[in-house]
Amino acid sequence: MKADVLSGIDQSGKYRRAALREKIGSVAEFVIIPTLALVAALIMFGIFVALFGKNPLDLYYYMYQGAFGTWFSWQNTLTRAAPLILTALCTALPAQLGMVIIGGEGALLIGALAATSAALALPGAPPLTVQIAMACAGMMAGGLWIALAGALRQYRGVNETISSLLLVYIALALLNHLVEGPMRDPTSLNKPSTREIGAANMIGTIPGTDVHWGFAFGVVAAVLSYILIYHTVFGFAARVAGGNVRAAKVVGLSVGRLVLIICLLAGAAAGLAGMVEIVAVQGRTNANLAAGYGFTGILVAFLARHNPLAIIPVAILLGGIGASGGLLQRRLGLPDASVLVLQGMIFVTVLASDALYGRLPFLARKAA
Amino acid sequence: MADASIGLWTVPLAVLGGAIRVSTPFLFVSLGECITERSGRINLGLEGTLIMGAMGGYGVSYLTGSPWLGVLAAGLAGAALGALHASICGLPRVNDIAVGIALMLFGTGLAFFLGKPLIEPTAPRLPSIDFGWWSDIPQVRAALRINVLFLIGVALAPVLVWALRTTRSGLIVRTAGESADAARAMGYSVNAIRMRATMFGGFLAGIGGSFLSLFYPGSWNEGLSSGQGITAVALVIFARWDPMLCLWASLLFGGAAALGPALQSVGISQGYHLFNAAPYVLTLLIMIITCSPKRTLVGAPAELSITK
Repeated sequence: MKADVLSGIDQSGKYRRAALREKIGSVAEFVIIPTLALVAALIMFGIFVALFGKNPLDLYYYMYQGAFGTWFSWQNTLTRAAPLILTALCTALPAQLGMVIIGGEGALLIGALAATSAALALPGAPPLTVQIAMACAGMMAGGLWIALAGALRQYRGVNETISSLLLVYIALALLNHLVEGPMRDPTSLNKPSTREIGAANMIGTIPGTDVHWGFAFGVVAAVLSYILIYHTVFGFAARVAGGNVRAAKVVGLSVGRLVLIICLLAGAAAGLAGMVEIVAVQGRTNANLAAGYGFTGILVAFLARHNPLAIIPVAILLGGIGASGGLLQRRLGLPDASVLVLQGMIFVTVLASDALYGRLPFLARKAA
Repeated sequence: MADASIGLWTVPLAVLGGAIRVSTPFLFVSLGECITERSGRINLGLEGTLIMGAMGGYGVSYLTGSPWLGVLAAGLAGAALGALHASICGLPRVNDIAVGIALMLFGTGLAFFLGKPLIEPTAPRLPSIDFGWWSDIPQVRAALRINVLFLIGVALAPVLVWALRTTRSGLIVRTAGESADAARAMGYSVNAIRMRATMFGGFLAGIGGSFLSLFYPGSWNEGLSSGQGITAVALVIFARWDPMLCLWASLLFGGAAALGPALQSVGISQGYHLFNAAPYVLTLLIMIITCSPKRTLVGAPAELSITK
């Protein structure tokens, strides 16, 4: 009897160790497999560039130099990573519910428009007031924009992937209309723009760097999202609903409410990215804003496997690839679209690598 | 003079002519996607395929001097992208919607990369057939100047309906779309069927892209396609996976897309950008009206991930 109990304790210890091994194994998988995919994409891109008579080793060298080689390029990289973290959250948060939202670019544009409008509506207010109003307006507008896609999915059964992408084109048309019409600054001749929000209202850089505060916003948003998803009851409910909608309904979760709140938060993150671009970089709204951060954000989310914390390093990596584009253009004479090609290759290899999970021989787990 | 005689008729005529011109890419992409989806797989990457087709078609037409070789090359490039999509989706645990998004970005990036040197030169364009010879009014003649690709697309729709309904390969495609298990039980490889269906879809989408660069608007630049591909994918849902309905839906969308330019041609440029958004708003509205959370859509292939 006693021996049984003891062996039971011993057993539980064994299981705990096995569970720990399993956990380490799966974390290692989530690191190793995307890294392999990334390396594969870099090799493919090297071959691709070699086809155009460029030396792949030069390519890798300049990419490293342009992204992480100097303090200057690090700052450039982090500045680009800021909107990527926020737009990646726009895809990663709904993914917890099993939804594929790819409309971060639209929410970014709408957020930027709303933030600019808020600033222009408050002339003469203290900068902090203006900035808070801009953040609220941008997040609210972006949030509602994506919540629309969520509501259509929940209450009308409209596919959210398609509707969120259609909303990108609608947002772009709206932006072009307002910037060239009602909100146009008459003095902006070559590039129609809204009026400037004013130098006083711009947010500065993180002390000691040229990196604007938007990067800090992004990191905070990612950490908060991580806590929300993995350490709150709400996040647990969302993951349950994402795993099995029927089970969630059986235990009495309000799936509709989850969908709306998650989409609101997701859109708010992308809207904040738009606000940051206005208040830290552009100073006014114009067509420059549609720089594709929303689309790269989708890739960041998938590469990070929709884990909000993993989004931070992945966004820095992708920001670095974007930052190196200029150097590749100047030194190797590659077109600016080469960054897009590499991003596309990474996306393809990352998705194809999904097939590897649980199949890597050196990570094979022993059956319990 | 003629302008004055037809007065306000200019706008509907321009919309009609525009509908015929603008609808052609919608038509090709949606017919191709219709077949792909009937085999049980969705390819959202057709936006990238369309742009690749536009670039490839323009490039080959420029290099060889033959626009029809350009059309063929565009189709082949599209089929290659389709094969890439299908081969990745054939791997275990890979989600076809995500692969579509990836190929949308990849196709667009590749087309911009390869197409850089093609922005300047002018390639030979596709000829048009003048159906408006009976009329003296220039607007009527302009509206009825029709490209052969449009006629091919119109003819293709009933052919595809017939092929899906009565031919052996049509039956195999439908079986794979309705029940992968049934297709396997009959001894067919579901992946091979879907590979062919996706390549066919990519081929047609590539041709649709070549229409953009070789006929209307008829040049290559990076802003050539803005969402026609993804709109066409949505249109297939609206058309209930029926090629004939794809034809009517494409004409409707072409008309909506032609509204902005038509109004601009008579001097109404207020809200030009808003009118340009008309096809997207229309798509969204139609999806809101026709979709339902309660039941699966009539005619939806049972294996399709997007309606499950």
